[in-house]
Amino acid sequence: MFTKTLTLTAVALATVTAAPAFAERDQLKIVGSSTVFPFATTVAERFGKNTDFKTPVVESTGSGGGLKLFCAGIGEGYPDITNASRRIKSSEVERCAANGITDIVEAKIGYDGIVFANSKASAQFDVTLADLFLALAKEVPTGVDGEVQPNPYTTWDQVNASLPTVKIEVMGPPPTSGTRDAFIELAMEGGCKTFPWIKAFKKADKKAYKSLCHTIREDGAYIEAGENDNLIVQKLAANPNAFGIFGYSFLEQNSDTVQGSTINGVAPEFEAIAEGGYPVSRSLYFYVKKDHVGLIPGITEFLAEFTSENAWGEDGYLADKGLIPMTDTERTEWAEKINGLSNLAM
Amino acid sequence: MTNPDANFLKGQKHLTRRYRAEQRFQWIGRIAIAASLTFLVFMVASIFWQGKGALITTKIALTVDLSTEMIDPANIKGASFDKIIKLALRTEFPEATKRKQKKRLYALVSSDAGFQLRDQILEGPALLGADQTIWVSASDDVDMLMKGHIDRNKPQNSRRLSDQQISWIDALLVKQVFNTGFFTNGDSREPELAGILSALVGSALSLLICFALSFPIGIMSAIYLEEFAKKGRWSDLIEININNLAAVPSIVFGLLGLSIFLNVFGLPRSSPLVGGMVLSLMTLPTIIIAARASLRAVPPSIREAALGMGASPVQATFHHVAPLAMPGFLTGTIVGMAQALGETAPLLMIGMVAFIVDIPGSILEPATALPVQIFLWADSPERAFLEKTSAAIIVLLIFLVLMNIIAIILRKKYEIRF
Repeated sequence: MFTKTLTLTAVALATVTAAPAFAERDQLKIVGSSTVFPFATTVAERFGKNTDFKTPVVESTGSGGGLKLFCAGIGEGYPDITNASRRIKSSEVERCAANGITDIVEAKIGYDGIVFANSKASAQFDVTLADLFLALAKEVPTGVDGEVQPNPYTTWDQVNASLPTVKIEVMGPPPTSGTRDAFIELAMEGGCKTFPWIKAFKKADKKAYKSLCHTIREDGAYIEAGENDNLIVQKLAANPNAFGIFGYSFLEQNSDTVQGSTINGVAPEFEAIAEGGYPVSRSLYFYVKKDHVGLIPGITEFLAEFTSENAWGEDGYLADKGLIPMTDTERTEWAEKINGLSNLAM
Repeated sequence: MTNPDANFLKGQKHLTRRYRAEQRFQWIGRIAIAASLTFLVFMVASIFWQGKGALITTKIALTVDLSTEMIDPANIKGASFDKIIKLALRTEFPEATKRKQKKRLYALVSSDAGFQLRDQILEGPALLGADQTIWVSASDDVDMLMKGHIDRNKPQNSRRLSDQQISWIDALLVKQVFNTGFFTNGDSREPELAGILSALVGSALSLLICFALSFPIGIMSAIYLEEFAKKGRWSDLIEININNLAAVPSIVFGLLGLSIFLNVFGLPRSSPLVGGMVLSLMTLPTIIIAARASLRAVPPSIREAALGMGASPVQATFHHVAPLAMPGFLTGTIVGMAQALGETAPLLMIGMVAFIVDIPGSILEPATALPVQIFLWADSPERAFLEKTSAAIIVLLIFLVLMNIIAIILRKKYEIRF
């Protein structure tokens, strides 16, 4: 009996490991940013349903991880498209070129706003970028030019007298998150630069400038709440004094429990982000490997689906999923570039 | 000499203190068990409470115009089913004339409604030729309203559905039915369509590969190491390494899989084949350690009696020792497989954390796994995914319980035989 079991499993093992010849890949492979993931998957699903092509496989690897995979080579084993919540860096373009990938099509798909929100049970806040910087930075200016001190602020009114006396308690994503990178770059650095001496400092000592503007306090006022934005929303509902940092689509889905603070006087609303008035918003991209067009079926059709008004337009289904569309002129311009497969220009 | 009575009394005092200590210890133990049970019950109950909603879905009845003008019976697939659905909604509510209003109206039904209509017609072409009432899926927002997750009493701008949309829903014929789609569909970005099947099949295929690799390899290495290998510096070294491997964080095995299985062997990314191979790397040490322990627990008299009767060492091992250790092998394997079932970290590196709509048909097609599906749904902004997440956890738990039951049955079978 025992030997029989072993033989059986050995046979199973043999059939399983005897790898059959791999069929040619007839399915698009997309990797990249977790921020673009919900949008790319929506398009992929519709594309699979509306055409005879297979539904593309979309992986959530993060922008950097996606570009690394994307630039690894040309051929069926490598992804065709990578999503990014930031623009490709010149170092990544070089890396691609080193592996023979010189023809990349860049596609900008729209915008994403990062909101600073609290529970609807409390009052809506009206903050400036400088307030956010002073409340969340590890070290803040003392008032004397060139001098910094460890962040002494514990309540919002200490940061800005017009804000209420509420304890500073902000929940946001951990350092691995692209949302956090964008928040630091746009909000923290934006607030940091409002101090003229720090701005002047940028040219003199870029490293010190970065460490001052980009370092978030670690004394408990900023709470790393994990990558899951839903969790932050739920925690905000439970704690009316706390604030959260997350993507606009989560604010839109939970507009009954949380509200976005106005930043520099602009509320995080669809139109404001689309027109660029809201200060904490970023562009979303994807990149296509031109050498795979023709090699893997369906790439041009997928691009056509993504750039159709029905998808990324003002009333398209991506807007329903929380993507903030580009303006009409921008869309026409980008659609032309994308569908014409024009090369990336840095 | 002191008075013996006094000594006796002193002992009595010690004794009561000892008894009390014993009582105290027992109570602490009971409280610990009660606390862990409470946590467990609380966790399972809250998951079931949140997940039960995913088993119900909302359908809307629409009167659609299926005249031959709209659909050519000779070319059913060529018709625009989305248009028919939209037309049906507009005829039901002619007051929606502005672009925005129309958009809100169309948002009541799922984006899949057109495809559902097509499938119904393809199944029963007799529907063609007249107005018909058909049931299609409602959108996730309508579903949330019907389940009471959207508060009608809140002001219009702080909920996902407008007053007008709610009045439309109230005017429509709506029913709540069992959500079979959850068990028959793959993943979707629309919560009302998302199903668990692709992840379930992906997990099952990965575990099959994992079992097919790690069970024979693990058991054979354990038998060799325990029964045949010479004890010495080398076998000590191997033993230490196996014990260490069991404690290596699982993501490391994912990295190994990426660099060896994908980059060197060129196996297909995101496939259950690679997933199973990586998971088997992870479960091997667990199986080997458990199998060796159970071999060691077989009384030496069995071995000696077999050898004494003239059996060769191989015969003694395979005819007498290994069958007695079989229940232990199975326990070790099931512990390892249960661990593998819950892993996401190593799968991230080999591309199984992915959006997969199609149900994998073989071990080479892209697939995802149950815990990955839970993670992806938990991370989605749509609120309707919350209940899907809990429901997926329930499916994972049931899968685990089934696996354990099979192991128990097998174990019982082997225990009776010998």
